[in-house]
Amino acid sequence: MNILSLDTSTESCSAALLYQGEIFERISMTQRSHSDLILGLIDALFIESRATIAEIDVVAVGRGPGSFAGVRIGVGVTQGIAFARDIPVITISSLTAIAQGTIAESHANYISVAIDARMGEIYGANFQVVDGLAILLDKEQVCLPKKFKFIKRQEWLGVGTGWAKYKSTLTNNFAGQLKEVNAYCFPKASSIIELAHNEVKMGKLLSAEQALPVYLRNNVARKKGEG
Amino acid sequence: MRVLGIESSCDETGIAIYDTEKYLLVHRLYSQIELHSEYGGVVPELASRDHIQKILPLINQVLNQAQLTCLEIDAVAYTAGPGLAGALLVGASIGRSLAWALNIPSIAIHHMEGHLLSPLLEVNPPKFPFISLLISGGHTLLVEVLGIGRYTLLGESMDDAVGEVFDKIAKILGLNYPGGQLLANLAEKGRPNKYKFPRPMTNRPGLNFSFSGLKTFAMNTWRSCGQTEQDRADIALAFQTAAIETLVIKCRRALKQTKLHTLVVAGGVSANKALRTKLYSIPDIDIHYPRLSFCSDNGAMIAFAGAMRKVNSGGEMNLGFYVRPYWPINDLSPP
Repeated sequence: MNILSLDTSTESCSAALLYQGEIFERISMTQRSHSDLILGLIDALFIESRATIAEIDVVAVGRGPGSFAGVRIGVGVTQGIAFARDIPVITISSLTAIAQGTIAESHANYISVAIDARMGEIYGANFQVVDGLAILLDKEQVCLPKKFKFIKRQEWLGVGTGWAKYKSTLTNNFAGQLKEVNAYCFPKASSIIELAHNEVKMGKLLSAEQALPVYLRNNVARKKGEG
Repeated sequence: MRVLGIESSCDETGIAIYDTEKYLLVHRLYSQIELHSEYGGVVPELASRDHIQKILPLINQVLNQAQLTCLEIDAVAYTAGPGLAGALLVGASIGRSLAWALNIPSIAIHHMEGHLLSPLLEVNPPKFPFISLLISGGHTLLVEVLGIGRYTLLGESMDDAVGEVFDKIAKILGLNYPGGQLLANLAEKGRPNKYKFPRPMTNRPGLNFSFSGLKTFAMNTWRSCGQTEQDRADIALAFQTAAIETLVIKCRRALKQTKLHTLVVAGGVSANKALRTKLYSIPDIDIHYPRLSFCSDNGAMIAFAGAMRKVNSGGEMNLGFYVRPYWPINDLSPP
């Protein structure tokens, strides 16, 4: 199984390739240049691995939440590649990808992910590690930091940019249950490959046009008469 | 050579395939008007969210209808600007990556070049050089066109686009969004010379436009009248007559100044019947329009512009893709 993956949902822009059992990855930090970078990162993976696009079986993508435009760049590029090559897509939560990316180093069992959602809110979700995979315990949410709480008395690892921006509120929410905080964590395409592998096994393959963003924040405009 | 065109600059998703041997093969359009009408105007974020759901299904339909697979496409053209940044980015992401994965070139197209060339899709197309009047909800441009990519901007609106003012005055008169077309229909019931609106910037030389003053004039006229159904129609007619006469005066000036005899009119407002009638009164010129369905945004004009540019160049193989929400048309160069 050869998998191409990418994520452009946050200030990290990354692409990875699982080719003949080996993982190749490129990561670039950027605020607004995802569209300028992402295909170049992907192209570099093919040059480095000597794989060809025809050998790819699945494209996996971080489908959000995150920056609206960033999420659409990743999903749009994925749609284009999958449609062109007539191959299926796996969509992975960017929050799950963040959690997954911290497992190897931290050996944490419980991971709470919170990233800055602007407008005074965070995108957050809580995970348990089972057999080396981050499994969602509750549901992904967009909420005020003060409403984001742990859901089990455990030793939690807090990760994501939300933990830096709302440090005091979140550590307060997790008082007595927090082992460590590592705010500087972003979704990585290689983590998406680890998660996608399992999703493929479970048969959660989508067609290119079924691969769509998940924004979480859906009240983006007021209708006439709504003040 | 077959070019797939993707248009997603505002609130319509347009997809088409143009074949340089067989001309336009197929085109499909999905309009988001209903989605935005509840908000009284286009909501950029909602437009972007809709485009990413519609582009691939439309590409699929277009390929099926043309009985082609995407492996039989030779280039992908997508609108790279001007327009809503987020909406453009969706078409660019899909278009550029589709081309990359198929190992074919992609071409970033200027939306207004698409409109400008759209009459060339018709039988009996205009021949270069010509004057182009591009009028829509986002633009009012007078351009001297010597060939593909050889454009000189002669005049543009200093404030609101003419189509925008149609919509805004419709709103003042209490018509539903987007009211430009409704306003034009209503004007047919208006009594001539009941009100006299100014013809902005016509009593001094130059080819620029200014339409926003007409909004204030309409507002004041509406407030100080009886606000009956007939008043509404009378104001609609008075405004439309003023806007059209202004456009026609500038077209005549542009033709005279450049000594050209061919006029091309495109963009959403070019569908306006009263405008067309008035333009036919200009003596000794050829006038060309796109077919009515191609007056507003569509994928066919993007596929066509892509084909015209691709024939003369390699298309872009840069891996990065960019959108330009503001992109002056005279920045373009020949392919």
